[in-house]
Amino acid sequence: MKLNRIFIKGLLFDNPVFIQLLGMCPVLAVTNTAENSLFMGMATTAVLLGSNIVISLLKKFIPTKIRIPIFIVVIATFVTIVGMVLNAYFPAIHANLGIFIPLIVVNCLILARAESFASKSSTVGSVVDGLGMGIGFTIALFVLGSVREVLGYGTFYNIALFGDGFQPATIMAMPPGAFLALGLLMGLFNKIISKNVNEL
Amino acid sequence: MSLESIFIILISAILVNNFILSRFLGICPFFGVSKQVETAFGMGMAVTFVMTLASIITYVVYGLLDHWNIEYMQTIAFILVIASLVQLVEMIIQKTSPTLYQSLGVFLPLITTNCAVLGLTILNIDYDYNMGSSIVHAIGAAIGFTLAIVLFAAIRERLELAAVPEVFKGFPIALVTAGLMSLAFLGFANLV
Repeated sequence: MKLNRIFIKGLLFDNPVFIQLLGMCPVLAVTNTAENSLFMGMATTAVLLGSNIVISLLKKFIPTKIRIPIFIVVIATFVTIVGMVLNAYFPAIHANLGIFIPLIVVNCLILARAESFASKSSTVGSVVDGLGMGIGFTIALFVLGSVREVLGYGTFYNIALFGDGFQPATIMAMPPGAFLALGLLMGLFNKIISKNVNEL
Repeated sequence: MSLESIFIILISAILVNNFILSRFLGICPFFGVSKQVETAFGMGMAVTFVMTLASIITYVVYGLLDHWNIEYMQTIAFILVIASLVQLVEMIIQKTSPTLYQSLGVFLPLITTNCAVLGLTILNIDYDYNMGSSIVHAIGAAIGFTLAIVLFAAIRERLELAAVPEVFKGFPIALVTAGLMSLAFLGFANLV
């Protein structure tokens, strides 16, 4: 497969959130503001990129039977590194994301890419796949986080958008808002895609 | 540990901070295996079993990590404990009770990547729970998980028959439904 096709696939046609529904826990849990979403997306992309590279390099040495535990150890190592970096340079973000940083280990997106792509492909392909999927994941999180922040707090990236008279719909920043916003956004995504398919 | 504190931890884990509906842990099985009430219940039971065992073992493991001053190994150590525990439970059940294995079989391997289990063990450490509180917290979390997934499965069985707009069929309407359930559970917010 051509590299640009791998990239576009991860970004759009196989978008991990809107199409494949992978890694839903962080998608719902930390998207109450655009900033949190962006950092979560970038942390996940970093781990995905690291694990894809290492697993594609080691693919000849990993015995098939115990591949899943090996993948998990590789992923957990990168998660620990990312957690330490965030804690050192962005302590406020680290506190906001809380237990969802160690939980990147069990993000099914990363394990799914390791199993279905990196363990069978070249290193260059795995890098591109990791970037495409990671950026697709980040964009989806950022869109969801922006919608929730604008509706729930009346701000975007901590900048107030509306005048003093604005009454924010706080529910959108709370747990139910995550489910509602993602459900409605997915409906919209389906609508756009089905329209494009009909026109083709 | 007093009876009162046990009760508070239980109510908080089951209703107020429900693992699925307010903490967003274990979303994958929540949407993945909630098409039928029966399978949802099986998943809930399997998770209960693994959660309780995992919280006991990780408590001991964390004690060791703390003793050697290598707490940063927590994530790696815990996920390995959970993965091997799931494997072990699968083997034991297969040997001792083939009928139970058949009914749970499919769900067992999936539990490794269920973030509710890893999340629970990390929360136990974050809250500084002792062994007893950790076990109570695990049981409460597991009951909350089972409650949410079984209720959701019951709604989804009905949803199959409802007239849903074309673009909302499948996951979008399931998410909106989960949102309404979460809204209902928000009513418990000031209970504890």
